[in-house]
Amino acid sequence: MKSLQEIQQICETMHPELELRHEGSSEASSKYQKHVLICGGTGCTSSGSMAIADALEKELVANGLEEKIQVVKTGCFGLCALGPIMIVYPEGTFYSRIKAKHVPQIVKEHLIEGNPVKELLYDETVTDEGIKSLNETSFYKKQHRVALRNCGVINPENIDEYIARDGYKALAKVVNEMTPEDVIQTILDSGLRGRGGGGFPTGMKWKLARTIVPDADQKYVCCNADEGDPGAFMDRSVLEGDPHVVLEAMSIAGYAIGATQGYIYVRAEYPIAVERLKIAIQQAREYGTLGKNIFGSDFSFDIDLRLGAGAFVCGEETALMTSIEGNRGEPRPRPPFPAEKGLYKKPTILNNVETYANVPQIILNGAQWFASMGTEKSKGTKVFALGGKIKNTGLVEVPMGTTLREVIEEIGGGIPNGKKFKAAQTGGPSGGCISPENYDVPIDYDNLIAIGSMMGSGGLIVMDEDNCMVDIAKFFLEFTVDESCGKCTPCRIGTKRMYEMLDKITKGQAELADLDKLEELCYYIKANSLCGLGQTAPNPVLSTLKNFRDEYEAHVVAKKCPAGVCKDLLQFTIVPDKCVGCGLCAKNCPVHAIEQGNTPGKNPKRNAFVIDSSKCIKCGVCMSNCRPNAITRG
Amino acid sequence: MATKTSVPFNGTAEQEKRLHEVIDAHRADPGALMPVLQQAQEIYGYLPIEVQKIISNEMEIPLEKIYGVVTFYAQFSLYPKGKYNISVCLGTACYVKGSGDIYDKLQEILGIGDGECTADGRFSLEACRCIGACGLAPVLTVNEDVYGRLTTDKVKEILDKYE
Repeated sequence: MKSLQEIQQICETMHPELELRHEGSSEASSKYQKHVLICGGTGCTSSGSMAIADALEKELVANGLEEKIQVVKTGCFGLCALGPIMIVYPEGTFYSRIKAKHVPQIVKEHLIEGNPVKELLYDETVTDEGIKSLNETSFYKKQHRVALRNCGVINPENIDEYIARDGYKALAKVVNEMTPEDVIQTILDSGLRGRGGGGFPTGMKWKLARTIVPDADQKYVCCNADEGDPGAFMDRSVLEGDPHVVLEAMSIAGYAIGATQGYIYVRAEYPIAVERLKIAIQQAREYGTLGKNIFGSDFSFDIDLRLGAGAFVCGEETALMTSIEGNRGEPRPRPPFPAEKGLYKKPTILNNVETYANVPQIILNGAQWFASMGTEKSKGTKVFALGGKIKNTGLVEVPMGTTLREVIEEIGGGIPNGKKFKAAQTGGPSGGCISPENYDVPIDYDNLIAIGSMMGSGGLIVMDEDNCMVDIAKFFLEFTVDESCGKCTPCRIGTKRMYEMLDKITKGQAELADLDKLEELCYYIKANSLCGLGQTAPNPVLSTLKNFRDEYEAHVVAKKCPAGVCKDLLQFTIVPDKCVGCGLCAKNCPVHAIEQGNTPGKNPKRNAFVIDSSKCIKCGVCMSNCRPNAITRG
Repeated sequence: MATKTSVPFNGTAEQEKRLHEVIDAHRADPGALMPVLQQAQEIYGYLPIEVQKIISNEMEIPLEKIYGVVTFYAQFSLYPKGKYNISVCLGTACYVKGSGDIYDKLQEILGIGDGECTADGRFSLEACRCIGACGLAPVLTVNEDVYGRLTTDKVKEILDKYE
């Protein structure tokens, strides 16, 4: 157990250490000359970053440098496309895509001799004038890390480093200086809205849980760490990189609503996050920031973990709570809402990881600070997970109101391989596709709904001209059909029927009238499903029908797939005047669908080959073998 | 969910002892069924009906309720997995970068479908929905090992690493 004074002492002692981890800071603040930070998030760990950290530690010992240079394993820096990542402070040099074999060179040339190894640096930072600051690179320039403040800076397995960056100061302020009503008012005034996708005002949720059943004998604070949207890894990075911020925020929420117990429902597919949370909870209990009489007050609060078991629907609030109770994760009708009757029928609040990650900063810096960022109705920042056809895949945090163009072209680096941007999918299987004419829309909750999509949890998948939007809609339906819990008829049967209709469309078996039937079915399912899964399952279909109708019509009228994806609609054709008659295509065709024909090819003495489309299985082997590129697909 | 193997239940006394310890440790928790099932699967590798019956008797929960929970969640398996479990991510970011083709290629090479196990028990195959390593898309895992930035021609060399 540590008293408040002891915690403040840790902060004062450790703070100078952490100060070194800013570009250009003075070495005099730390007992080390340099800190070398290595990303220990899932992406970089999978690419061997821990082996790099081990190699570095050994190399430092071999050179007698272990007292002068500290190796720190941190959470995610965000630029996952360039992992494994290593940053050396105080210089702020950013090494990207490094391997364990690079370590001796970096130690010798940079750490000992003082010359950063330019060919291993993030190329955008290497200029003729010298090494550019990371904060000036196009990826980082427009970002504003609030929820991700500590990710990539602290060692998430060391509570002292969290404390050094003002960790648990907000909780101390809350229990010693504020009433629960003050806390709720602050969160209300900040304008913080649920970052899980719903966008419900967080302060309002806490107020309802406090006031609807004021004298409940037990209340609960839950954290939705079930991040199920494919393509979303914002919450994972917070849990892996800064687990204490969630614990602190949940304690603050518990104080505000009058709860003494919290649960974090985390998906089992995140083993590193689970491990870091377990360590953090144990450390918090040791220090007394979780447990009885926190900071000597009357307030007691503890947190337990509950692991998910692979059901997307358990990200829905009532399904999540019923799963904690040990049941099949089936949602239930509302009212009553969880703020009145939630977990074990007690008043409960459920907030997303990213929502919680903003809370301590709001308490410390004030509601106005938070409300000064973002747009009129969407305050603060949002974390996005950039994925798909984009150069800089990774995690970014930008103020609300940043445009899609800025996120994709400036921060994301644009579409690779010279391809054209086609759509950005937000909101996962509940969301929609944004087309190029909306590139300059400022991102916020209401604007995205107005253009036929939604914020969602923050997954942002970029698609190019080689993706078929009908195929993408079908892909999402396949997911939703699989994940539907089966309780209510509109979702259980409706999503299946939608999937079948989309399947027919992609196989050229549908007609124009089927598009209207599909749309009608979508609206029916939205209006009648029991929970958010069913209510939003039609969204990808409706948004692609609205923004890419011509593509649907090509599939049903011309029976063609313009992007060249839907196999049954593809026609492989050999262009006679490009065909040199080598016969490689015929030799490699697995179903012998190609033969030499009767018309001359490029060389008049050799006839062009011809594909029999009735036998063709659209595998594309002929095309990949054709050296003169004489085969077209479309 | 894995299918097709009719491997008889081979639970040992040691495993049963561990299972009882897990159940005892959770006796006081409300909602203990999920953690108990998760740890039981770690002990046995899967959750056959025999294990469900032990849990049912010990925790006084009806077997049909336990069976209902086990069959609801994708992570719980009624059948054993292979020595090397291959999980291909079919999440959006990976799908958009071609993980579907990689999944097809694996089915072709191994001769098994989704949720199935090769006859020699070496490999089992399943699709998963996003493990959060989207920066490395497309991704697959073989037990604990993660492989990213994949193309179909890298698939064979990955399989060859596993005896």
